[in-house]
Amino acid sequence: MRYSGFRVIKEALTGHKGWKPAWREPEPASYYDIVIVGGGGHGLATAHYLAKEFGQARVAVIEKGWIGGGNVGRNTTIIRSNYLLDGNEPFYEFSLKLWEGLEQDLNYNAMVSQRGILNLIHSDGQRDAFIRRGNGMILNGADAELMTTEAIKKKYPFLNTDDARFPIKGGLAQHRGGTVRHDAVAWGYARSADSRGVDIIQNCEVTGFRIENGVCKGVETSRGFIGAGKVGCAVAGSSGRLLGLANMRLPIESHVLQAFVSEGLKPVLPGVITFGAGHFYCSQSDKGGLVFGGDIDGYNSYAQRGNLPVVEDVCEGAMAIFPMLGRARLLRMWGGVMDMSMDGSPIIDRTHIDGLYFNGGWCYGGFKATPASGFAFAHLLARDEPHPTATAYRLDRFEKGYMIDEKGVGNQPNLH
Amino acid sequence: MIIDHPLLGPRDSSEFTYLGDARLIDRPDPDGQDAAAAFYDYAYLRDNPAGWHRELWFHEAGDRSWLVVTRNTLTHEISKVELASDVARVQGRSK
Ligand SMILES: Cc1cc2nc3c(=O)[nH]c(=O)nc-3n(C[C@H](O)[C@H](O)[C@H](O)COP(=O)(O)OP(=O)(O)OC[C@H]3O[C@@H](n4cnc5c(N)ncnc54)[C@H](O)[C@@H]3O)c2cc1C
Repeated sequence: MRYSGFRVIKEALTGHKGWKPAWREPEPASYYDIVIVGGGGHGLATAHYLAKEFGQARVAVIEKGWIGGGNVGRNTTIIRSNYLLDGNEPFYEFSLKLWEGLEQDLNYNAMVSQRGILNLIHSDGQRDAFIRRGNGMILNGADAELMTTEAIKKKYPFLNTDDARFPIKGGLAQHRGGTVRHDAVAWGYARSADSRGVDIIQNCEVTGFRIENGVCKGVETSRGFIGAGKVGCAVAGSSGRLLGLANMRLPIESHVLQAFVSEGLKPVLPGVITFGAGHFYCSQSDKGGLVFGGDIDGYNSYAQRGNLPVVEDVCEGAMAIFPMLGRARLLRMWGGVMDMSMDGSPIIDRTHIDGLYFNGGWCYGGFKATPASGFAFAHLLARDEPHPTATAYRLDRFEKGYMIDEKGVGNQPNLH
Repeated sequence: MIIDHPLLGPRDSSEFTYLGDARLIDRPDPDGQDAAAAFYDYAYLRDNPAGWHRELWFHEAGDRSWLVVTRNTLTHEISKVELASDVARVQGRSK
């Protein structure tokens, strides 16, 4: 069923009796050409692009819970392509371009909103670093603009530009950045993949891999064995646990990241703003809640909830730049499990086991990557070659010394 | 989280910084046979378990001692806290 304005009006006039479920609930078949483990944004996007761009239809996505219950439904929904390094920027810019055409591609309203993102500058050194990053972005075909404090004051008059400790000295803006309705991304990809013949199998946990003579033949699941020509793993925070079942150890630690939303307010914040002296980022959802977050808690965790010191730290960041936030009440907070890699950049690669492919290490930036990650993973699974924008995301780069370390902090996952 | 420091008693976890898996105590021998492979493993690969995890915490805003904390990554429950120097010595290290 195609969605359209006409359809909405027709259904409204006929009592909304014509809507159908957006995807089927199939029983698992005994064999698929490609099985994707993980029904998050990346797994579902992979399935969509496999079916649509690479002509693969005998594909299944296997999800242990319900689709969209992982990080894709827990993140702060910010999209941007403001990276510095050559290994990253073309990939994230490709992703931003896919976001720009996503709703037409999926025939689904994902509420892609290019309301702009502004990274604030608080020192001269930071300005130099941001100018360099902005130039890197422009060289790779992205947009970037250095904003003066005056221009920022005009656009965001509520910002505290004269804080004694962290005055705002300017900012790096990417006007094409913004936010997307996160759940709708999972649902839109799922609906599109399903309509092209992909089986989305929920409540089915992968409990092992069947590996014979170094070749992966399929997955053991809570609903029995499912054979596969190729198995692609895209389970984000569960990467270590899942690949552990194939006796692999990964350059990844799982950490908890918290997010917060305030009570609904009248429109106050037109774009996405990030604090450059601490770690704090904030946008306003279309429902009116201020959606914000900060640093990861900093220790290994699979608990999907964090601790109070980070709550305090995030709120301090908020008060430093948005004193007006002090009057708003916090409505909800939650946590998600992040697959923090050793250099802060992701991995989209084969493994040493034939037929077993890995997509992970997204840290806390994988939502914006969802379209490109799905596209690149589909490319790799279908053609056995990396997508041109994802050639640097190799699993062996740590051993070979080709780290993609945006911050230059080394192999310390909680610093990325 | 409250970390029960062996010398100072219960302290808030915000006084500490976190390094990672306590296996980082076992630095490989740089003159060993497979030193390159051993250092790759040591520096980059992690067990990353869901459950009990022995890990290194540094009491940065306190007595600046390194601790080995046994903590459950599913519940954040802490079952044991030791001085890292004691752990290293038991493993045969001189300091
Ligand atoms: C609080 C928070 C804020 C964030 N903010 C941003 C942001 O503003 N911008 C941004 O770009 N990124 C952000 N991120 C990161 C982003 O959400 C993730 O990097 C991204 O969603 C991960 O990919 P995914 O959607 O495929 O993961 P998930 O949605 O977590 O999907 C993985 C799926 O695999 C399933 N699974 C796990 N194990 C198994 C198994 N054994 N068998 C079957 N299925 C299994 C899980 O149930 C899950 O549904 C944030 C994350 C969090 C938690």
